[in-house]
Amino acid sequence: MSLWEYANPRRFMATSSWLLPPLVVMSALLIVTGLVWGFFFTPDDFRQGSTVKIIYLHVPAALMAINAWLMMLVCSLIWIIRRHHVSALAARAAAPIGMVMTLIALFTGAIWGKPMWGTYWEWDPRLTSFLILFLFYIGYMALWEAIENPDAAADLTSVLCLVGSVFALLSRYAVLFWNQGLHQGATFSMDKEQNISNVFWYPAVISMAGFVCLFVTLVLYRTRMEIRRRRLHALDARSMAA
Amino acid sequence: MIALLRRDLALAFRAGGGFGLGLAFFLIVTVLVPFGVGPNSVTLGVIAPGILWLGALLACLLSLDRVFALDWEDGSLDLLATAPLPLEGVAVSKALAHWITTGLPLVAISPLLGLFLSLPVEAMSWLILSLFVGTPALSWLGTFGAALTVGLKRGGLLMSLLVLPLYIPTLIFGAEVVKRGADGLATATPLAFLAGITLGTVALLPFATAAALRVNLR
Repeated sequence: MSLWEYANPRRFMATSSWLLPPLVVMSALLIVTGLVWGFFFTPDDFRQGSTVKIIYLHVPAALMAINAWLMMLVCSLIWIIRRHHVSALAARAAAPIGMVMTLIALFTGAIWGKPMWGTYWEWDPRLTSFLILFLFYIGYMALWEAIENPDAAADLTSVLCLVGSVFALLSRYAVLFWNQGLHQGATFSMDKEQNISNVFWYPAVISMAGFVCLFVTLVLYRTRMEIRRRRLHALDARSMAA
Repeated sequence: MIALLRRDLALAFRAGGGFGLGLAFFLIVTVLVPFGVGPNSVTLGVIAPGILWLGALLACLLSLDRVFALDWEDGSLDLLATAPLPLEGVAVSKALAHWITTGLPLVAISPLLGLFLSLPVEAMSWLILSLFVGTPALSWLGTFGAALTVGLKRGGLLMSLLVLPLYIPTLIFGAEVVKRGADGLATATPLAFLAGITLGTVALLPFATAAALRVNLR
């Protein structure tokens, strides 16, 4: 039993079909719990008032926006090295989700930024690098759409994903060099002492876990869709040939 | 490799090769800017580094679809792929030819355009230096984008979408060098970063370009 068995589309379809319902329930439960807890059962911040509560949407979305790209990077590598079609399709499936997460992070950030910083948009390093990430997602998806041959499309988008990752990272630090910003540094971290009160921490973690589940669910759904689309194409081709 | 470079250069310089078009584009963009923002020389001097770098970037982009497209159409790219020269070498000489025909002339006329935009005289040498160091990265990245989209019918717009985000770090550091030069600050740090990006892309990107070409020639 190894991970590579799921490179077989049939096994992937079979496993994901019984994995999906519990995942749907779990992500719904976690997100609803996290958001309701965060929105209604946490005290207001003494300076920011109730606006701070948008954090339960903003932070998980931003987290997934970056991790979706990471997942695409890993999938692209697997495709280039081992040529498993499911991997390439999963990368394709993850891109729009990551893009939407980036948009959510940007929009909630803008809504939060208006009362806090007095502006919807500022050319702050973090904001700017998210906008750049958004551009990379658009380019990646556009390349997938543009190429007809599925294998060539998978190859070219994988190469783009690798080069794009390097340059997205470079841009992140170049932007840091270019402008100092308003956005605070990382508050949540694994290794440092906690600097956020438990009252806010628990709902935030639940909400983040919920977004992770949601992302996995959506990726599985979309990958299944891509596999089915591939099968339909194959059937079409076969009936054309007959 | 050198033969290929000479062939590409000859094709570009002779009639119909489009040499100088990028240059003319650069000129027009810079001439149009004062009409847009007004002839106030203080304002112009402030935005000049950014405008000049943006103009160079767009001029580079404009000539990219010619890098592989013509060879793809008439089949010379297939010949090049079967030649003893590895495709990585083809990618390097194509990028170098692109840089010599667009990047280098841009470097040469940039002081003149800097004058138009009332860029401070102290910044002039920094402008030339930063463009000289930075434009190879633009050509190499552009060749990569051209290789990705070579098989497509209307790849031009898509290519700009793919290539422009990759240009961001180069643009940031390039414009920063000129800006700091204009303000009389130390320029060593951004210049070092810019050179690092250029050297990194020159060294590594041909492999990605060749990989993309191989897929498209399959």
